[in-house]
Amino acid sequence: MHTFLHALTANGDIFWRGFKTTVELFLIAAVGSLLLGTVLAAARVSPVPVLRGIGTGYVQVVRNTPLTLIFAFLVFAVPKLDIGIDYFPSACIALVAYTSAFVCEVVRSGINTVAAGQAEAARALGMTFAQVLGQIVLPQAFRSIVPPLMSVMIAMLKNTTIAAGFSVLEAGAIPAYLAERGENQFATLIWITIGFLVLIAPLAALQRRLERKWAVAR
Amino acid sequence: MTNVLYDVPGPRARIRNRVIGAITTVVVVVAIGYVVARFVATAQFSDVRTAQFQYAAVQRELVDGLLATLKAAAIAAVLALVFGALLAAARLSDRAAVRVPATWIVELFRAIPLLILIFFFYYVPLQYKLHLDTLWALVFGLTLYNGSVLAEIFRAGMLAVPRGQSEAAYAVGLRKSQVMRLVLLPQAVRAMLPAIVSQLVVLLKDTALGFIITYPELLYAAKQIGGRGAFDFPYVSSYLLAGAIYVGICGALSAFAAWLQRRMGRAGRTAAKPLAADAVAAVERGGP
Repeated sequence: MHTFLHALTANGDIFWRGFKTTVELFLIAAVGSLLLGTVLAAARVSPVPVLRGIGTGYVQVVRNTPLTLIFAFLVFAVPKLDIGIDYFPSACIALVAYTSAFVCEVVRSGINTVAAGQAEAARALGMTFAQVLGQIVLPQAFRSIVPPLMSVMIAMLKNTTIAAGFSVLEAGAIPAYLAERGENQFATLIWITIGFLVLIAPLAALQRRLERKWAVAR
Repeated sequence: MTNVLYDVPGPRARIRNRVIGAITTVVVVVAIGYVVARFVATAQFSDVRTAQFQYAAVQRELVDGLLATLKAAAIAAVLALVFGALLAAARLSDRAAVRVPATWIVELFRAIPLLILIFFFYYVPLQYKLHLDTLWALVFGLTLYNGSVLAEIFRAGMLAVPRGQSEAAYAVGLRKSQVMRLVLLPQAVRAMLPAIVSQLVVLLKDTALGFIITYPELLYAAKQIGGRGAFDFPYVSSYLLAGAIYVGICGALSAFAAWLQRRMGRAGRTAAKPLAADAVAAVERGGP
């Protein structure tokens, strides 16, 4: 028990810094991927063929690429192009680029849950594509989108650990640091697990509540 | 339903759409042009940098990396399917003593980041000087996580079979194990198949995490090849090559899942409604 507590109490600084960076990464990537993902979804359902093609192509390629590869490319290959990005911004870009493909798919399937009559009625009133999407379809789709979006965000929170392999001191990097300090690794990993459970629990609880509150019979 | 979002374009809308299309094309071309210009300016595909890829030994290195990726994925897939089936059976049990712990296990392993799960099998044996190969650290991590996700898919598949099926089976006097095995499972498997294949694609992609614990898989091979100073660090070409291989394999498997789903949706072979392939839906989205 002593070793177990010691792993946390003696290394509070590393744990604090690690989880702080994790939360920062999560918040930045959440905002970025929600924006980019929504734009991609709008492109995929738009009347402009070129936009549809770009949206579809992006999603197909990114969904089938491992996130670790995107990280590795940004950290090792991009500097060879004489483009200088720091480790933390690289991690943000990788997470946004990857997660937005999944956000796009969720938003798009949400758009498909709205009854066709809604968009038809809006068009009958003479609304443009932007008006139909922005004022009629997306607000209604929102209720069915939010719960699965929360799943995507929870997955993204867990994915932030991959940044540990690429020189960002976040929660996933803690084991490597504490291995050097000779701390008990099992205890360290249990504490990290607890940390993630604490971060995920409110998100999951919110998701369940919204799911129940906004359940729609269509 | 997407085409109900806008009217068939008239003359003005056609022009506007063409203008937007042209602007987008220009923006994309400029962006790609910038990247290509960087490639050219930094001589990414110079003779020095590409020379390596013509060596048989380097090609072997890549193939070995790919085989190591496939090996880890294959072992983990088999173990995860078994583990997932056991967990799903436990979760569908009538005994709370079996059902509740299984539920907790599924929830726990899905909440822990996969990399942290892998670290449990990497750092802990290291500390106690037990030798556990990085292959097994990766495989065990993948098994626990994907097994839990698959358990949810299996359970959802069993529950997707209409109640009347099991009621009818009980009515003719079958026991629960018989109802499960003879009536529900055969129908559920058809419904679940696309979702299972999609999850196995996710598992294949996740093997790239082996890179972080130095398991010599495809990404690791690409790093080794890209990191050679004698060839002026051809990281760009080696990672692009690795990326193309991943997209090719995973894309083909995803297309297979989509095909399966269309096939399942068409034929009335099962009373169960097919689970969507991309939706590992109710269960998990956007893993690493």
